[in-house]
Amino acid sequence: MLDRMKCLGLFRERITEEIVVATYSTATDWLAISDRPLNYFSFGAMGLASSHGLGLAIAHPGRRVLVFDGDGSLLMNLGALVTTTAVAPHNFVHIVWHNGTYEANGGHPLPSTSVRFADLALAAGYRKTMHISDMPTFESSLDAILSESGPLFVELIVEQGQLGPRSYADMYSAKRREAFRQALNPPSDGSRFAGPLQ
Amino acid sequence: MVRDLAADVLHGTSIIDAMKAADVSHILAVPDLHTSSGLLARIADDRTLQLIRVCKEDETIGISAGLSYGSIRSICLFQYTGFLFAMNAIRAVAVEQSMPICMMIGLLGKEPGVAPTESARFGVRIVEPILDQLGIEHHLIENETDVGAIPPAIETAYGKHRPMALLIGRRPV
Repeated sequence: MLDRMKCLGLFRERITEEIVVATYSTATDWLAISDRPLNYFSFGAMGLASSHGLGLAIAHPGRRVLVFDGDGSLLMNLGALVTTTAVAPHNFVHIVWHNGTYEANGGHPLPSTSVRFADLALAAGYRKTMHISDMPTFESSLDAILSESGPLFVELIVEQGQLGPRSYADMYSAKRREAFRQALNPPSDGSRFAGPLQ
Repeated sequence: MVRDLAADVLHGTSIIDAMKAADVSHILAVPDLHTSSGLLARIADDRTLQLIRVCKEDETIGISAGLSYGSIRSICLFQYTGFLFAMNAIRAVAVEQSMPICMMIGLLGKEPGVAPTESARFGVRIVEPILDQLGIEHHLIENETDVGAIPPAIETAYGKHRPMALLIGRRPV
């Protein structure tokens, strides 16, 4: 089983110009170690992370989009697997952190903890899927995750993270959305969003 | 007596032209019997529009939000039942995040010439009050004259970063 923070730390070392769409517990963990304008946080509508990511991937075909999805979140929007493969964006990577629980909502188990999301994604038509549960395999797969043509689907079997209330207030601020927009579409006068993100 | 023919008909091609006039390039849709043949089928045949067929209506809200970060304008096309289904996504993404989400909502079963709030169908009657509670601007599109409201409504939504709803009150032909 993988340690989510260790995996996120390895992503942080490699990620540069990619868009990261993150949601709920993984989003707070990612933000804690990688606060950058190209982070996109979806909120308030559990399950839609991959839909946001799909729109971004279409809108920015020259930029890789990594969706950090939750297993409970994906179950709320399983049809998105089919929608995504119908569009088939080459720059889209769907990463599901599978801990078997609704971690953000108290750690209650999913209706079934034995579901294999990579198999669902393969059946939906993803170009390539991975099911990873140990660190050596994760480390050896990072190059492919960050470079191969998509749509890719990566299921990471992780331990449950920290339970308890997490603060999402700053993550969902209008300032962050504006910084993200400017990072993707710099003003023609060359100016940049100058304010702090927090 | 001269009859106003524009009052009795709504052409899908007019709606498509109006969307294009506002630089809409992508249609995100769940099939709706109300707009199926007169509008969605025509969109599918139009090679200048990108049609993305989704499985559930709330997907359109997320996709449309993502597209807007690349200055791509889209329309979320679904029936009022789908609008009701997608309510939480509309509340969170469109309203609370102030995103330019443009919805085109088919009012299946609404009687032409009857205000939506006066319809015999409960589901149709509650659409406008819900939009009002959400603070979402809405326009009833029921005839050719109404179609003229579509481009400025889309321009306002994208210009001011706020959601908007176009209620299709008659089956387009």
